[in-house]
Amino acid sequence: MHRPIHELTDAYRRGDLTPTAVAESYLARIAALDERVGAYLTVVREHALAAAQESERRWRAGAPLGPLDGAPLALKDVLCTRGVRTTCGSKMLEAFVPPYDATVVERLRAAGAVVLGKTNLDEFAMGSSTEHSAFHPTRNPWDLSRVPGGSSGGSAAAVAGGLAAGAFGSDTGGSIRQPAAFCGVVGMKPTYGRVSRYGLVALASSLDQIGPFAQDVEDTALLLGAIAGHDRRDSTSIAAPVPDYMAELPRGVDGLTLGLPDEYFIDGMDPEVERAVRQAIDVLRGLGARIERVSLPTTRHSLAAYYIILPAEASSNLARYDGVKYGLRVPGRDLVEMESRTRAAGFGAEVRRRIMLGTYALSAGYYDAYYGKAQSVRTLVRREFGAAFARVDLIVAPTTPNVAFKHGEKEDPLSMYLNDVFTIPGNLSGIPGVSVPCGFSGAGLPIGLQILGRPLDEARVLRAAYAYEKATPWRARRPELA
Amino acid sequence: MIDRKDVEHAARLTRLALTEAELERMREQLNSILAHLDTLRLVDTTGVEPTSHAVDVVNVMREDEVEPCFPQDAMLGNAPDRSGEFFRVPRIIEE
Amino acid sequence: MTTPDRYEVVIGLEVHAQLRTKSKMFCGCTTTFGAPPNSQTCPVCQGMPGVLPVVNRRAVEFGIRTALAFSCRVNPACRFARKHYYYPDMPKNYQISQYEEPLAEDGFLEIEVDGGSRKIGIQRLHLEEDVGKLLHEGTLETAQASLVDFNRSGVALMETVSRPELCSPEEAAAYLRAFRAVLIFLEVCDGNMEEGSLRCDANISLRPRGQTELGTKVEIKNLNSFRNVQRALEFEARRQAQALDVGERIVQETRLWEADRGYTRSMRSKEFAHDYRYFPEPDLVPLRLDRAWVDEIRAALPELPRARRQRFVTQYGVPAYDAEVLTQSRALADYYEASVQAWGPSPGNRGDRPKTVSNWIMSELLAALPGDDELAIQRSPITPARLAGLLRLIEDGTISGKIAKDVFQKMLASGDDAAAIVGREGLTQVADEAALSQIIVSVMAANPKAIDDFKRGKKEAKGALVGQVMKATGGKANPALVNRLLEDKLSKT
Ligand SMILES: [Zn+2]
Repeated sequence: MHRPIHELTDAYRRGDLTPTAVAESYLARIAALDERVGAYLTVVREHALAAAQESERRWRAGAPLGPLDGAPLALKDVLCTRGVRTTCGSKMLEAFVPPYDATVVERLRAAGAVVLGKTNLDEFAMGSSTEHSAFHPTRNPWDLSRVPGGSSGGSAAAVAGGLAAGAFGSDTGGSIRQPAAFCGVVGMKPTYGRVSRYGLVALASSLDQIGPFAQDVEDTALLLGAIAGHDRRDSTSIAAPVPDYMAELPRGVDGLTLGLPDEYFIDGMDPEVERAVRQAIDVLRGLGARIERVSLPTTRHSLAAYYIILPAEASSNLARYDGVKYGLRVPGRDLVEMESRTRAAGFGAEVRRRIMLGTYALSAGYYDAYYGKAQSVRTLVRREFGAAFARVDLIVAPTTPNVAFKHGEKEDPLSMYLNDVFTIPGNLSGIPGVSVPCGFSGAGLPIGLQILGRPLDEARVLRAAYAYEKATPWRARRPELA
Repeated sequence: MIDRKDVEHAARLTRLALTEAELERMREQLNSILAHLDTLRLVDTTGVEPTSHAVDVVNVMREDEVEPCFPQDAMLGNAPDRSGEFFRVPRIIEE
Repeated sequence: MTTPDRYEVVIGLEVHAQLRTKSKMFCGCTTTFGAPPNSQTCPVCQGMPGVLPVVNRRAVEFGIRTALAFSCRVNPACRFARKHYYYPDMPKNYQISQYEEPLAEDGFLEIEVDGGSRKIGIQRLHLEEDVGKLLHEGTLETAQASLVDFNRSGVALMETVSRPELCSPEEAAAYLRAFRAVLIFLEVCDGNMEEGSLRCDANISLRPRGQTELGTKVEIKNLNSFRNVQRALEFEARRQAQALDVGERIVQETRLWEADRGYTRSMRSKEFAHDYRYFPEPDLVPLRLDRAWVDEIRAALPELPRARRQRFVTQYGVPAYDAEVLTQSRALADYYEASVQAWGPSPGNRGDRPKTVSNWIMSELLAALPGDDELAIQRSPITPARLAGLLRLIEDGTISGKIAKDVFQKMLASGDDAAAIVGREGLTQVADEAALSQIIVSVMAANPKAIDDFKRGKKEAKGALVGQVMKATGGKANPALVNRLLEDKLSKT
């Protein structure tokens, strides 16, 4: 019964399937298989069935709320859900129950979506493998000995493994696109400001953006359309009209110019990944796109800039977890001892490391050399993309330098950071990007093609991804889980 | 190079109780990370304005209108320790 | 109490003013005072995971209004920044404030000193959010626990930093007084120091007279009344002078004023305490202040207390002291002018009406209502028109000044017109010559000794007789008439 949302809702309309039956089928699959995958941290069975029944009544009455009514979805556990615990994959928030819904969650509920549960992630979205959740690791449905990518690995694995029809994650340096590539699903990071961050537990506020995971590009367009648009509660959200992404999809790539950046094919990248991406570009050329080389030289400094900006902002955002208002408290003889023990016990090693790095980078005497410098490098990255997009409509590149790695393979934080080298520039510059499956390695592991666009040009990004998807067979392949 | 004093200073600033061994390990790891980030120095950013937002939005303000507050119980509901209508914290020793 | 002449005192003040916005700085929670703890919060002002701030436009407007009143340069671009330090009353453990790009800079406030006036520089003015409140279970030193109430958390605050140009504790108090009057006039802050709407910290240093570079400064916190500002600074100036006298080095530190015990004490700050790690607030976008908006705010600026005070002296001929009292709030100054206007111009060229109005406001109205409580003044049951009505009755002799004071109290209690009260209670002066003459005759008959005294040259004796007549009429006799008739009768005996 695992099929794209647009097919499910077609079936609801025809009366071939009901939202309740579909929700029950997903819940049954979760009960049977998630012990092995570990995609979920919390499953809200009763909520989901109640929402599905309401959806079913609407479909029966011929008055569905729209194309997501009755769609069973999963949410990364950094999206606040009223009355449902939101842990961020951390001991710190193990028992935290928000009294409010994130704007995205509000919009999904208003669209009739059926939320199945909250998915696993690297603690506070810091990581690229979903091994560093405080609760359990998530496994890649294509090969359970491998990671699903991260930090939104739970959402990616849920969609890939048939444990949700679609899902949402957050992307700060590649946390949607990289796991989408590793799990063979479509994952999109919209333009910074396109989707409200209100209710997304912040990692790095100037980089975070919420986006969808889907089985195909059509669903990606549907899911993005449901959450995009201005929100008065997020000052950084953009007040621009939201186009009809679905209507734009069939327009093809004929006549579009695609930029191929030299800097995205680097020494040490997996040759199978390079081959698959180059073949994908040939496919796009065959569909009528013009391919042009572009240069984005500051790409090689993006990682360094990112690993200053992210820890600095994270150290600030995570200061509030002090055992006073919510979350974990470890007793102490006095306030400072209580807070210091709480934070040491509540945060895992990677979170502590980044908090320390960020605190150091912002502390007296170091600001200009680190944070100030990184923000200037960021300006250069933006300028380069701006110059490139003056010549080309889209940029195509690999999503990651390699395919999914084995659990425990990357112990060294730095080698883990390198995973995001192709996705980080998109966050630094705020531009939209999608990862769409573009083949498999010899070992049967998925590979992702990344398509980046101009700010707010999600429609064109999706249009190219759709044309590519229609022209290739990858979508038909599914992991064997059962 | 980041030394032990820097690590201790940062740990105090951000309220992290780290053991001697953890502080030492942290110092090593931060140094190894910072060594890689040092390539930033190579970028010429003379006269380049910093970007703090990826969007060029300005002047976002709301009208001065009162909205309903959240119920007291909802706001105290997650408190690790409370005393009646208050959050409760252990004694404060002045710094 | 004064500092030895060999030292020069240099003081700068940092004033935090709660802005009179209806909602908080970054969320829609109400700002009303006195609600049960933690009942006026929401996820935003309690710093819950995932929340985002949105700037209150009115707070920015109030900031601009104040900046313009102090002749500051309103920066065309400003930005918010995060200021980090841990304290349990600050829910995010950072405060959204402004750092490198404040709302406004470089202005001044003119204060009255020793009969003259002096311009005190204002270095910067910026907006930020307030913190919550801490209650200690017992005293801070012995409490085993503290309690946190976040109702105040997120209330809009305006911080104004003066240049270190105040030369004495008296000047510091004068600055704070003038500052508060301006804020109240601008209607941006209620100026209530007891409730903490206006809070003051000071920097103070001493230097040998003649030396140009500044001495080591000490920050003093907890100066929450004019009296405390002056007392704390006087104490601290003496403490520093004594230390310098014996060759001690002044330590740069923060000291707390203990008002009850009358001394400042060190807050023992560790060396890292001030590493605030400011960086631009990524959850807010910069403000690019539109010139047209600033001009609009400038055009709507009210006449400020100093200008109004001077105008009261020249236009109404009231003494400087009266003008100062009458301009302690905009509502009171408006009340005064409305009362003068309602009464109308003084007959002939006497010009005494404005001073009479001033007397009545200062002695009667302000005894009943606080002059800086704008709402109380505006809602006074004795409106300017009613006050004018009362004064008219005195001027035309209908009632005596003494009776008028009783009528005033009755007006306060009932909200009725003076004329209605006078009519209802029969308080009209006895101005009937025949009736008064009869009373005078009987009073004289009953007081032969006073008449003898008067004849022997004791003029005070006449006063006693007038008093007796007034007493006999229940205070309703017209005193001028009583005097004339009595004199007439005495001259004939
Ligand atoms: Zn609030």
